[in-house]
Amino acid sequence: MGNHSDGSPNHSGTVATAGQNEVEKFQDPGLPPHRLRLADTDPKAAKRAERQVALLFGISVVGTLIFLVAYFAIDLGPGESTIGNIRLQNMLLGLGTAFAMLGIGTGIVHWAKALMPDHEVSEERHAIRYEEDRQAAVRIVDDIVEETGIKRRPLIRNTLLGAVALAPLPAVAIFGDLGPRPDNKLAHTMWAPTDGRLKRLARDPDGTPIKASDVTIGSAFHVIPEGLNELVEGKLNEKAKAVVLLMRLDPDSLNPSAGREDWGYNGIVAYSKICTHVGCPVALYEQQTHHLLCPCHQSTFDLTQECKVIFGPASRPLPQLPIAVDDEGYLVATSDFKEPVGPSYWERDMHERSINS
Amino acid sequence: MSAASTAEPAFVAKTKTGRFTDFVDARVGGSGILREFGRKVFPDHWSFMFGEVALYSFVILLLSGTFLTFFFDPSMAETHYDGSYVPLKGVEMSVAYNSSLDISFDVRGGLFMRQVHHWAALLFVASIAVHMLRVFFTGAFRKPREMNWVVGGVLLILAMAAGFTGYSLPDDLLSGNGLRIIDGVIKSIPIVGTYISFFLFGGEFPGTAIIGRLYMLHILLVPALILLMIVLHLFMVVVHKHTQYPGPGRNDNNVVGYPLGPVYAAKAGGFFFIVFGVLALMAGFFTINPIWNYGPYDPSPVSAGTQPDWYIGFVDGALRLMPGTLGDWQVEQVWFGYVFSFNVLLPALVPAGILFTVMFMYPWIERWITKDDREHHVLDRPRNAPTRTAIGMAGFVWYCVMWAAAGSDLIATHFGVSLNDVTYWLRTLFIIGPIIAFIVTKRVALALQRKDREIALHGRETGRIVRLPHGEFIEVHAPLDEYKRYRLVGFESPEVLPAVPNEHGVVTRKEKRRAFLSRWFFEDRVAPATPAELEAAHGHGHAAVEAPEEAKSLSH
Repeated sequence: MGNHSDGSPNHSGTVATAGQNEVEKFQDPGLPPHRLRLADTDPKAAKRAERQVALLFGISVVGTLIFLVAYFAIDLGPGESTIGNIRLQNMLLGLGTAFAMLGIGTGIVHWAKALMPDHEVSEERHAIRYEEDRQAAVRIVDDIVEETGIKRRPLIRNTLLGAVALAPLPAVAIFGDLGPRPDNKLAHTMWAPTDGRLKRLARDPDGTPIKASDVTIGSAFHVIPEGLNELVEGKLNEKAKAVVLLMRLDPDSLNPSAGREDWGYNGIVAYSKICTHVGCPVALYEQQTHHLLCPCHQSTFDLTQECKVIFGPASRPLPQLPIAVDDEGYLVATSDFKEPVGPSYWERDMHERSINS
Repeated sequence: MSAASTAEPAFVAKTKTGRFTDFVDARVGGSGILREFGRKVFPDHWSFMFGEVALYSFVILLLSGTFLTFFFDPSMAETHYDGSYVPLKGVEMSVAYNSSLDISFDVRGGLFMRQVHHWAALLFVASIAVHMLRVFFTGAFRKPREMNWVVGGVLLILAMAAGFTGYSLPDDLLSGNGLRIIDGVIKSIPIVGTYISFFLFGGEFPGTAIIGRLYMLHILLVPALILLMIVLHLFMVVVHKHTQYPGPGRNDNNVVGYPLGPVYAAKAGGFFFIVFGVLALMAGFFTINPIWNYGPYDPSPVSAGTQPDWYIGFVDGALRLMPGTLGDWQVEQVWFGYVFSFNVLLPALVPAGILFTVMFMYPWIERWITKDDREHHVLDRPRNAPTRTAIGMAGFVWYCVMWAAAGSDLIATHFGVSLNDVTYWLRTLFIIGPIIAFIVTKRVALALQRKDREIALHGRETGRIVRLPHGEFIEVHAPLDEYKRYRLVGFESPEVLPAVPNEHGVVTRKEKRRAFLSRWFFEDRVAPATPAELEAAHGHGHAAVEAPEEAKSLSH
């Protein structure tokens, strides 16, 4: 719209004194004079603007047609739904909608800007609240309170407050069945031997068991417990706790602490893949540096120091899975993890102590 | 009654439309409403459009979202994919992911609607954020609009909640890892964290309940709350009438602009179609969230460079910045046999908590410091409130550092620098970035104010060099007309309010603190040019731009 402040040679009184103690300020000169647009003075320009608006509306009609053609002419039936077809249809639907909408939108705005009156008007603001109303409201509230007698009858007031305070409790309690109690579910994984049989380490995702001889120095395997894929219920829940990374290093570079000497086999070690920070899979193995890196928040664990945190927001090392080799040469877990895997939780330390006692 | 009716015969409509309108009007009383609002004046400025963009994005979200609900199935039951997308044929996945793929590949226009919905969601949060920045930096939150500022803040939180609950619905690998992170954060909450996690997921993560529950929140509860807040927000806009930028003819007692009908309604209405059109272009040409590339959720794999949607980025970035160990000392602590995961709790709650608390309380903080209880309908130019602008920029930079940290791995790979160095730099900026931003912004604002004074007093530089008879060269300055000058001088420059004793004659400690903050706010100030100064500037040719010392107290 018109920039009213341009080109106004006339000067009015510019000086006003607001108060005796204040510094004089410039006086508000008022709204600048209105400037006419070309379309206001030249009928030809107005006619031109009219045609432009009509053209924009016409473009909108074209857009709608593009959409309809793209929708009906391109079929996504069996065999038709190729990536190329979908991309083309998506593009044309977008283009059609864009033309249809932008045509209407720019048309209306152009109409408003070029042809509708662009004279800015000034309107008085009204008080949000009037003192008279406020006093009337106060009287009304006083009357209401008085008529209920709530101030004179504290017995009613107090019992009501008590009742209202307790009444929402069922609304909280009724959500009690949203989930089961956590108990110690987070403390155990599928790796625990069932009926004395040790679980083999299997490849993720196909579930084939891994022989120790398959694991060459420098290699890494994504591992799940055997039998995971055969689970009917809760497969993802178990997988979310049980996934393991298996790596083989030069045995001399590993420095097992006391009590963990027999948790690996010939330089092969297995660590939980679930980050101890907030639970992302620690999926990146840097073979040269023996570091494990979590791609979500970049916690870095050093394999040669039993996956101690060397960088990033995780606080605890990755839990190690004790492994050995069975009679047929397959890798097996000799027990469950000796601590809960994954992100920390309130009862975690308690669970760790009960696992090791 | 009869006398009145004889004096003024009952209105009889002549046209068909007129009769219909009259029928409705006589039953609901629409003419009173139209009389009140039909010509209501709205000030016009490009920066007022951000709120409109937010509103229109929300309408488009409702439209496209309704379409999507007809095809989406939020079940987490297992199925095998048998749709058109060949690479995933036969893959085991949840019904939710399956139906999301069907929407993308087997429902005509489904992919388009998904992309419109996702782009509109990103735009919705972005436009709310930019709208709030505009409101903050122009001081539009001041009396009487403090409560509307709070409603706006609630809308921002709800928009983020709507975005996150929707983001997780397709049950793809990327959003599943997002849920996993949320689960990890929830579990770090002391005492109740484990229980909240089990109740939310209906057992252990990921369970089979979460998608259905998020779906209900996403399509019913959160949109209903957003709608309620929008109604409140707009109701208050009507009550207050819109703010306006300062300028000649505009003051706190009037509102200058275009009448609702026809100009403002046409521009605002037309703008809806423009927003829709731009979103359609984006949806047609730019892929967003290609879930078919990620595959179904599986707790084992994860893609490198995982990113949340942009508005969750600052929390994710804060999680990345927090060190989990300091040397050999673990930030996570076990006290009395229970775990306190400070390495997760602190970054997840504290920065967002500080940002939102300060944001919500800021109108009251400033009101307390300035003791300003007047209504403000004329906005501040950001330079004319240097300390507020500097505070806003400090917060904005702090937010942006955290947001950038959410892409630390991508920064490292794109620029070929060490990931660790990027993190160390961002950790440093997390602390000193806001301080630098505050100082720089305040100085820039003061410098711009001084430039305004210079122009108001000496006019605009014309670039015309004139040689005077005695050989001196001068550049001719063209004086401003009074309307342009008023734009540069028509603002308030509050002064420091020293501590005053209360009715018992005691200067309380609180009042001392207020006075200290008042000094911090207004010590450095540039007073608007006065007519006397203009007179002096003209009288003495090229006299000092600076005002006499008693009129202003710029500290440098």
